[in-house]
Parts: sequence; C-alpha cells; structure tokens
Amino acid sequence: MNEALKRIVRVFFTYSVRTISLLLAVSAISFVLVNASPINPVQQYIIGFGTAVSPQQRAEIEDYWGVNEPPIERYFSWLSEVLHGNLGESALYRRPVAAVIGERFWNSLALMLCAWLLSGVIGFGLGCVMGMYQDRWADKIIKKCCYILSSVPTFWLGLVFLLVFSVWLKWFPIGFSAPIGVRGEDVTFGQRLYHLILPAFTLSLASFSNIALHTRQKLIDVFNSEYVLFARARGEGKWTILCRHGLRNILFPALTLQFASFAELFGGSVMAENVFSYPGLGSAVSAAGLNGDVPLLLGITLFSALFVSAGNMIANLLYGVINPQVRAFAEAGRNGGFV
Amino acid sequence: MEQKNGTLLEIHDLSVSFRMYDYDEFRHNDIRRRLKQTDLQVISDLHLIVNPGEIVAVAGSSGSGKSLLASAILGILPDNATVRGHLHYKGEEMTAARQRQLRGTEIALVPQSVAFLDPLMKVGAQVDGHRRPRQTERRKSLFQRFGLPDKTPQLYPFQLSGGMARRVLVSTALISEAQLIIADEPTPGMSLNQALEALRLFREMADEGKAVILITHDIDLAIEFADRVAVFYAGTTVETAFASDFKSGPDALRHPYSKALWNALPQNGFLPIEGFQPYAGNLPGGCLFAPRCPYKTPQCIAEIPPIREVRGGEVRCQHEMNF
Repeated sequence: MNEALKRIVRVFFTYSVRTISLLLAVSAISFVLVNASPINPVQQYIIGFGTAVSPQQRAEIEDYWGVNEPPIERYFSWLSEVLHGNLGESALYRRPVAAVIGERFWNSLALMLCAWLLSGVIGFGLGCVMGMYQDRWADKIIKKCCYILSSVPTFWLGLVFLLVFSVWLKWFPIGFSAPIGVRGEDVTFGQRLYHLILPAFTLSLASFSNIALHTRQKLIDVFNSEYVLFARARGEGKWTILCRHGLRNILFPALTLQFASFAELFGGSVMAENVFSYPGLGSAVSAAGLNGDVPLLLGITLFSALFVSAGNMIANLLYGVINPQVRAFAEAGRNGGFV
Repeated sequence: MEQKNGTLLEIHDLSVSFRMYDYDEFRHNDIRRRLKQTDLQVISDLHLIVNPGEIVAVAGSSGSGKSLLASAILGILPDNATVRGHLHYKGEEMTAARQRQLRGTEIALVPQSVAFLDPLMKVGAQVDGHRRPRQTERRKSLFQRFGLPDKTPQLYPFQLSGGMARRVLVSTALISEAQLIIADEPTPGMSLNQALEALRLFREMADEGKAVILITHDIDLAIEFADRVAVFYAGTTVETAFASDFKSGPDALRHPYSKALWNALPQNGFLPIEGFQPYAGNLPGGCLFAPRCPYKTPQCIAEIPPIREVRGGEVRCQHEMNF
C-alpha cells in the first residue's frame, strides 16, 4: 500500500512539473504572438467605454496599463498577476476573465461531454461493426461515410444540420443554450438539453470517424493475430472471439485515443458553438479574437491548454492503470527486475 | 475414396494452395493490371493415416508446411487458401461444418508459442476456455502435474517463462475431451524433464485410445515417443515408417529422403546431401525429391509417384527398391 502511495505521489509530481512547464511555454508564446499582432488593447478598451477620450487621457490609460514598458517586463507583470489568480478584466464583457471562463466553461463542458460520449460510443460501435464485416458491404458503406465525415469541416456540417433539422423540419431550436425571452433562472434542465442536442450531435459526428476507423483497423489486426487463430482452433465462433478477445484488446487503444482527442474536441467546439450561437468558451474565444479582447484571449488560451493536457494525462494514466503489461513493466522498473 | 476400418483420421491427396498477388513493376502502367494472381501450392498430395491409440510424428525441416497441415485439419486456414483432397474423421467426410463442430471438442491443437495466447487475458481463464461448465478443477490438477507454480493462473502470458508457456499451451489441449491432439512443436523451451512429462501425458492419452499428431523437427524425440513417423518434405509426406525403422537404420527405411535424413543425424555420421528443399512457388513437376535424389530416372521427373505400401509402411516413390 505504501508502495502504491509512493507511486501515486511520484506520478502526480511528474505530471505537475510537465503541466506547469507546458503552461509557461504556452503563455510565453501566446504573449509574443499577441504582442506581434496589430491588436491594440488600449484602443479596444477605449472603444468599450463608448465615449470620446482625449489624447491626454489616453496617455494616462496607457501609462496605467504599462503599454510603454518593454515586452519582457509586461510579460512578467502579467504572469505574476496570473499566478496571483488575476487573469485581468475582459474588455468585451467588462467582467473578470476568470468569471467569464468559469461561467462559459460549464456550457462548453456540457456540450463537449455529450459530444465526447456520443462520438466514443458511436465510433467504437461502428468500428466494431466495420471490423467484424471487413470488406463486406456494411464495412464499405460505413467506411465511406467515415471518410466523408472526417473530411467535412465542422462548421459546414453544423450549417447543414441547422438548415435541415431547425429550418426545414423545425425539430430543434435554431441556436443558443436556452429559449429566447425566458429569464436565466427560469430555464429548465429539459430546455437546456433540448438546445444542446443538435450542437453536440454535430460535434460528435465531426470527431467519431477517427475513433471508428482506428477501432476497425485494430479489430482487424486482432482477428489476424495468432491468438485469435488459436481461439478458432479451440472452437470459438466469431462473436465469442469478439467478446472474449476482441473487445479486451481494442478497448485500451480506443480509450487512449478518446482521451487524447480533447484537443480536436476543443477545436471543433469553437466552430460548433459559433454556428449554433451557443454561449460557451468556443464562441467566447472567437469573439475575444475578433474584438481584440487580449486578457480574455490569453485566459482562454491558457485554460484550453490546461484542459487538453489534462485529457492527455488521463489517457496516459488510464493506460498504466488498466493495461497489465504497462503496469507490470512499471512495477518491474521499481523492483529492478522482472516479475 | 477407399476407407479403412477404425481409423481416427485419414488424409488422402490433400493439397493446399494460397491465392497470391504477384507484383510486376515493369509489366503495365495500370497498377491493377500489374498485379498477377498466382496460386502458391504449400501442401501437395499429402497422405496421412492416424489410428486410435497411436502417436504419429510428422517430422520435417522448417518451411515444409507442417503447421499448415494442422490448420488444414482444423479448417482454420486463411480465406485465400484453397483445399483439395479428402479428410475423414472416424470414417466421416470432414466438411467445413463438421470441422467447426470438431474444433476444440474432438480435435485439439497445442500451438507453437506464447503468441497464441491472448496477451490481455489471465492464463487460468484462457486454459479453462470458453465452454461451460469451466474445467477449473481439471486445470488445477494439470498445472500441478506439470509443476506450474500456484500463482500461474493469475499471470498474463507475457509473464510466463518459455517453459511455463509450453506447459500452459499443452494444458489447453489436455483439458478438453479431445480424441485427437495436434501438437505443433510442443517441446522446445521445456527442460528435458518437462518435455518428457508432456510426452508421457501424450503417451498416456494415446494408450487410452486417443491419438496424437506430433509435429516436430526433433527426430530423436519423435522416434522415442511416436509409434509411427511421417517424413515430411516440401509439403508432402514422402514416407510413413514405424518409429522402430529409424532405430534399425537406413535399410529399414523406404524413401531416399528418409535415408538421407537418417544419415544426416549427428549420431549417424552427420552427412548432408546436395541441394535444398524446393519452396512453394517453384516445385518440380514430378517427384518433389527428384532434383536431389541419387536414384532419379526420367519417370521420376515426369510424373508424381503413387503411394505404395512397403513392409507395413507407406512410401511415395517409383522404385520397387532396396537401395
């Protein structure tokens, strides 16, 4: 037990160091990029006021914000504020960036979680079907669909779905996360879910083909393996082999892939949220980008880096926890010998 | 097809070929037309009879198609394989459906290596198999008999040593009620004692009226434990001899290749013969051994010799001879 605890502490420490260095690198690079871009945060801030500002006032604002200091100094003063928990104030929403992210993250999380589960289940299921019926018509049709869906951009798919399901069939609302004209506190869970379905479905369709095609190939590899040949020699049928050996051997790679897909998921949510006017982080980041809201942009960049690296970390940890081979190698490494 | 009474397994004129696509870079501009479909014959006119109560060793060098013979009997060849000839189990023609019924119940395979075990499934559950009820008690006594440590059922295949893996693989066949066991190189990696224990178990099963096909390239071991030895060359059986014939020496053997094999054994002079075994894809037209045979005649090259019974064994050779 003590050994297990030590291992957990060591793994936690390793990943903490990795995540912190990643966040530092991301913050530095995005700061340099914003600095090099033509966005003028002061100009955006002033526009936000809605009133005219004299050159003198403007100079005072610039002085107050430290615009004229060297970039290195500005970076470190921003960084020290961030480390103290202050991400700055959004010029667009006139509220602290942390509050904006906190509020919108829950909307995005609901959307991404639904899409993630949907794409995982659909992808794994269809991958199994394709693998079982390799080169038969079911496989060929689903495979073509996967190729098409993985080539189609998310926003276009979203537009088509809006047109078909919202405009023509009127099955789903045209956008937002709640009905128009209803007060925030009166929105029911059912209404939220109803508004979530179409964007979540769009997002999952854009990402399930990856996992489906990987699962298909992995299952075909398993069926060509010697241990499946032996299973057949012992009289196991096709479906027994799938349940006894197939699922066991393709589940780990599929899970890893699924957790490592957080990056694509986040990228896809930017598109989906914009098309469906869904008030999440994705639509906030594009609004921040288009309106030159530097604090919000940097805040969301850092947050999404954290989110994606958390996904990758879970994938790595999960692999070590469930795969007996990885687990045994880790133990062997610690004991300085094998088994 | 002529049937003998009371045989467990009869194989007559079995040929297995694989449909392959040859790639010829210079033939056509169109990639589809560059691929030429060819049939690669890996087993040719094979003849083998297995009686209840005996161990038949199938001995031959690597690449002679020994493992494919096991797959052909079980009906688990890949989809691109074509099988011709006749397989009979207990006098009954083995159709694909019959083979499906027999696999794992009447006929069991002992595979070659640990790669034939599911890497992510614990050994105990794998040996027990998919059939209900689970044969856990039987497995425990088998493991004990083989001297496998108590923790073995909880291990994953990659945690087994070579010798442990072999014993586990043998257990997978012995746990079934199979009448016929096809053991594909079951002993390499085992210590001598373990190998002897495994072979003793096979012997016991044979003495109970079951039968074992022992695929091996260890002739000495085959002679020691088998009743008969089928000598395999280039995908066919050139001779089936009694194990005692190999002990008696080359004069008791019936085929020039068997005699050459005997002379090539370390204890018998270590004498090699010229040439090498022809591989699938460039098999000679007549007798498969003719190109290397010191006694070949134009007839040997022209046609495939028939199977003949000589001194209780079988031989595929033209010559009515004692060389």
